[in-house]
Amino acid sequence: MTLREMIDRLLGRQQASATTAKHRLQLVLAHDRSDLNPDLMEQMRREILEVVNRYVELDLEGGDVSLETEERATALVANLPIRRVRDDVLPQVPAVQ
Amino acid sequence: MTGSSTRTILICSGKGGVGKTTLTANLGIALASQGVRTAVLDADFGLRNLDLLLGLENRIVYTAQEVLAGNCRLEQAMVKHKLQPNLALLPAGNPRMLEWLKPEDMQEIVGLIQPHFDVVLIDAPAGIEDGFKNAAAAADEAIVVTTPEVSAVRDADRVIGLLNTREVEPIQLVLNRVRPKMMQSQEMLGVTDVTDILALPLLGLVFEDEQVIVSTNRGEPLTLNGSSSPAAIAYRNVAKRLQGEEVPLPDPTKQRRGLRAKVRQLMQTKLF
Repeated sequence: MTLREMIDRLLGRQQASATTAKHRLQLVLAHDRSDLNPDLMEQMRREILEVVNRYVELDLEGGDVSLETEERATALVANLPIRRVRDDVLPQVPAVQ
Repeated sequence: MTGSSTRTILICSGKGGVGKTTLTANLGIALASQGVRTAVLDADFGLRNLDLLLGLENRIVYTAQEVLAGNCRLEQAMVKHKLQPNLALLPAGNPRMLEWLKPEDMQEIVGLIQPHFDVVLIDAPAGIEDGFKNAAAAADEAIVVTTPEVSAVRDADRVIGLLNTREVEPIQLVLNRVRPKMMQSQEMLGVTDVTDILALPLLGLVFEDEQVIVSTNRGEPLTLNGSSSPAAIAYRNVAKRLQGEEVPLPDPTKQRRGLRAKVRQLMQTKLF
């Protein structure tokens, strides 16, 4: 964060347009580069939440799964606030043959 | 993708109007005046303009089309610049060439040019369709031109993605039409914003310069006549860096002096 950004934020002003441009570009490029369409993204997001939710109780409202990109590498970033760990989950022991 | 020692460099951008052809013309002249035998190849068959920027439009007899068809020899089609004989242009043919031109045709043309020159600059068309792919097929390395605007950077990213799959290397960046004042007030994407996003080494930084328009009007590239305008210096420095010389890049945020500039600089201080 630069001094200008700090002052803008304190005064409740709109941030400098270069900052907005950078953030918008980073988002749009993450999607351009991954070639994932929004429907697939949404499906993946739902399935990830579903799996994690089996083990821990999630705050589904605050959850966020998104693509982020840095240095031309794209990463899937999940931010999933945990309410509590489920105590009714039994570790699945592989069946002995 | 040839084994010869001639460097074949694609100049591309994705988006149109960011300065590909202007860079090709000025870089060509700058390299030539630094003693490098340089060929510039107009691969924008649909909307050719390189001849016009170089002031060679009235001297075209044959084009790449006649060379490919075997109707003339390469030497007959290459237009040598009168004031800078180290530079020659191979003009683009008729727009109808787009209908049949294949990547192999571009490779053939470049193969014919290479033995006579040290550097071949290919002026690519805008877009990422066949015209671009044909041009890219003949190149070993690339210079991506962009401006600090969201649409230009996004399109440049697309092009870089395509070049990466084609093993074109190195790919270097020229950031064009930089307005230092706007960068200082953080109303234009900064240099590191763009280089971070595109993850390319910066080969050149060209400030917005009205002299570019004047020189295009005359058909005399800025690098032709010892101009000391900011863009002329920037283009000459691109040529030097391309040959491995270390020339420091200017810092757009430190272009002006005085109290206001100091305040602007202070506002850009990174807090965390």
